[in-house]
Amino acid sequence: MASNEEILAGLAEIVNEETGLAPEAVELDKSFTDDLDIDSISMMTIVVNAEEKFGVRIPDEEVKNLKTVGDAVDFIANAQA
Amino acid sequence: MRQSQLREHSRILGMGAFRPDVIVTNDDVCQWIESSDEWIRQRTGIVTRHRAGADTSVVDMAEGAALEALEKAGIEASQLGAVIVSTVSHPYATPSAAAALADRLGATPAPAFDISAACAGYCYGIAQGDALVRSGAAEYVLVVGAEKLSDVIDNSERTISFLLGDGAGAVVIGPSDTPGIGPSVWGSDGSKWDVIGMTHSLSDVRELSLAAEAAGSLSAAAAERDEDGKKLWPTLRQDGQSVFRWAVWEMAKVAQRALDEAGVKPEELAAFVPHQANMRIIDEMIKQLKLPESVAVARDIADAGNTSAASIPLATHRLLQENPQLSGGLALQIGFGAGLVFGAQVIVLP
Repeated sequence: MASNEEILAGLAEIVNEETGLAPEAVELDKSFTDDLDIDSISMMTIVVNAEEKFGVRIPDEEVKNLKTVGDAVDFIANAQA
Repeated sequence: MRQSQLREHSRILGMGAFRPDVIVTNDDVCQWIESSDEWIRQRTGIVTRHRAGADTSVVDMAEGAALEALEKAGIEASQLGAVIVSTVSHPYATPSAAAALADRLGATPAPAFDISAACAGYCYGIAQGDALVRSGAAEYVLVVGAEKLSDVIDNSERTISFLLGDGAGAVVIGPSDTPGIGPSVWGSDGSKWDVIGMTHSLSDVRELSLAAEAAGSLSAAAAERDEDGKKLWPTLRQDGQSVFRWAVWEMAKVAQRALDEAGVKPEELAAFVPHQANMRIIDEMIKQLKLPESVAVARDIADAGNTSAASIPLATHRLLQENPQLSGGLALQIGFGAGLVFGAQVIVLP
């Protein structure tokens, strides 16, 4: 099981791979759409890669609730618990 | 009694295409929805789509594509043992587009029927054509994917309408001395019935019309939306994010199975022709399948948009026109769409 810091670092890596954004730009309070400019298709790619990396299931209907990087970290941490 | 004699192999003998001549650009689309040429290109890879004029029907486009396919195959229409049209936009629940097409071509009394399998319709048709030829039920089968999606869209709708175009592609399948169509990997998942489809049913249209007529405003009802945002005429819509996820990660597995069942390795492919739904789905599938750069990838979507059942034959036709050396090579094709339904097979390019 990964700590929140490890999840954040892993997510930042996935976001970097999909969008080219610097990993340090991926901070907990950043909004995926408004701050990081990630569109819905890239978001799905990030979600599927996160599922694989962290061994969790993120249903389609849950994705729209993941507004900030922090939301995603919390969801993954809870799903792993 | 006797049963029909089986044949060992079948293949695609010839291919044809029909592209209607009204070109709709992204700037045209931006008059109907708030967007930009750059946004549409980046999200979808689409630059233009072709649409048919009011005087061009699904059957007209199917006929155009079929005539070329027959000519290329060197087959007379009278030799056809079956005529199959895959479509979701022939505007009659009955009779079929296929029966009208067979008659126009001079294929009567060949059996003729439509397939409703949306963007997987062409691959379903290939599965059927292959089975009919090898079972001995028919010697030559015409398979057409034909769509006039512009009749079933709402230009001001944002989820799918701006992606769609019209057109038709056709092939003739016949007996072969060598394997020409690999095992079809096809299926459905009706639990996702509502992910892509029409806004409402024809029964709803009847109810809405009767209500509007009673209120004395049928013409107004046809033009305006009701309180749920529906127009009288049903149009397509989708849940794009769910479809994207399913299309890439589930369909890459289906494509891989089609390769495995045909006993073909990715590096043996000459071409990859996925349903032209979105350039980013195509790019992501290439990644998932780990296709080497030697494989030519059909990207007709940039010019033609998403033409549902017509997209794979149209894209294959363009690929062969631009790269005639691919003829005789192996192509992996996969269709997927509303149902949800999917179909994939490896074929030898005509």
